[in-house]
Amino acid sequence: MNTVVADITYRAMLGRKRIWLLVLLPVALVAIALLLRLLNGQSEQTAVTLMKTFAIGTMLPLLGLIGGTGVIAPEIEDGTIIHLLSKPISRPVIAVTKFVVAASLIAVFAAVSTFAAAYLLTGMESGVATGFTFGALFGGVAYAAVFLLLGVLTRHAVAIGVIYALVWEGVVGGYVPGARKFSIQQWAQSLADHLSSSAFFSTEVTLGFAVPAMAIVTVGAVLWTGQRLRSLSLTGDD
Amino acid sequence: MTTTSPPVTTRQGVLELAQVSRWYGNVVAVNDVTMTIGPGVTGLLGPNGAGKSTLLHMMAGFLAPSNGTATLDGRQIWHNHDIYRQIGLVPEKEAVYGFLTGRQFVLSAARLHGLPSPDDAARRALDLVEMTEASGRRIETYSKGMRQRVKVAAALVHDPQVLLLDEPFNGMDPRQRLHLMDLVRRMGEEGRTILFSSHILEEVERVAHHIEVLVAGRHAASGDYREIRRRMADRPHRFRVRSSDDRRLAAALIADLSSSAVSLTEQGIEVQVTDFARFTALLPRTARDLDVHLWQVSPTDEDLESVFSYLISGSSR
Repeated sequence: MNTVVADITYRAMLGRKRIWLLVLLPVALVAIALLLRLLNGQSEQTAVTLMKTFAIGTMLPLLGLIGGTGVIAPEIEDGTIIHLLSKPISRPVIAVTKFVVAASLIAVFAAVSTFAAAYLLTGMESGVATGFTFGALFGGVAYAAVFLLLGVLTRHAVAIGVIYALVWEGVVGGYVPGARKFSIQQWAQSLADHLSSSAFFSTEVTLGFAVPAMAIVTVGAVLWTGQRLRSLSLTGDD
Repeated sequence: MTTTSPPVTTRQGVLELAQVSRWYGNVVAVNDVTMTIGPGVTGLLGPNGAGKSTLLHMMAGFLAPSNGTATLDGRQIWHNHDIYRQIGLVPEKEAVYGFLTGRQFVLSAARLHGLPSPDDAARRALDLVEMTEASGRRIETYSKGMRQRVKVAAALVHDPQVLLLDEPFNGMDPRQRLHLMDLVRRMGEEGRTILFSSHILEEVERVAHHIEVLVAGRHAASGDYREIRRRMADRPHRFRVRSSDDRRLAAALIADLSSSAVSLTEQGIEVQVTDFARFTALLPRTARDLDVHLWQVSPTDEDLESVFSYLISGSSR
């Protein structure tokens, strides 16, 4: 972890326009929850549905995409990353720092808004708010690692990331039974399910699979990012 | 304002490329280049697309040679982040963190290098490039020349033995250009190894004591700038001449030894000149003696590509 790299990355992510990308979806989630609360009153079933479909199913992968690729891909694209890479700092340290920044941003924006929305709809009933908050927190960390890796593997990280987030996580992971085991979204839901006692909610992926899977994917993706950064080639204009 | 450079330690700073090639698929960007760059200022000269940036990036550890080795004082550059204690790099790309002020940018470089007094180092580097006054402003408000200078300050903040600059004078106004040229010259005189790329011979010969010429990815020539200049002046030139009496003028020109071939075309006279100085003195004198008016005298092969192509053919002779 390098504090100078972290400082520059936080400033790049939170400065000016980019912060709106991170804020938009969480604000939408809380706004929808507030609207549903005003229209229907407290409802555990509504809370679970909103958390599954929007908080974990839509917002989390998109925040992961924005945060994970955002901490590194634009710098590689415009060449500013040379400022960091041309210093006597090991590239894996830069990768870990970028991951910490992305994970912390996604965790804060996703977890806080998830808790707020669930709390608005159901209070602390059946542990729904707590369960989904932890699901968003750890799922967000895994997404940060995967999308960070994508950001150093390809110049088309955002396009590929959108396809992954919406098609694999949203459609295949949600509806194809075999693929569910390999979906971060499903792992996050498994964690939420374990911490919640809601009758409106059950998942197929066991906690015994989800937690190690999240840990392996996260650590593996960060290590791979570090190795990829070591061999990152940058060329001039000729 | 302090403009003295920090003392340079006794490190060597010798960059060596041994049979280095770099290709992208079927495209060869750099082809079997061997060169040694020692202390002093060396200019890497070549037309756009010659492979200068590719070569510089391999020396800076941002590109792996497809073949051959790039070393600094015998140490491998690629995959060696410790090498940046010795190297300062000024990339051609203009992009820098625009949301930082110039001072924050240079200070971040000092901190990333783990310098014991980063504030002092940043102040000294900003002084060196005369950017102290503007250092409180965000970089996004800087002109291209100011961005270039603040990048130079960040590259110099750790007092590197080797400084690599990719087209450093691009976008600078004449005053800034002269100042940076002066700074580069002084740092070279202090014993640093400085390599900068450029496609402008005049720019290179004003600063560099040694020139390496790269054309189409090949190492075309190497030497003192006077030698390169002489070879450029001595090469055969082609001129097109239009006059009030092309036939008479052509007959007089072919009679002199300064030209090896003269041909009459619809556009005028095409002259292959072998002795440039003699021809440029002969032509107006002959025209005056023959009472022929000269309408046009223009070189037909003065573009950089043809000059550099000649150097390539010269180096392979």
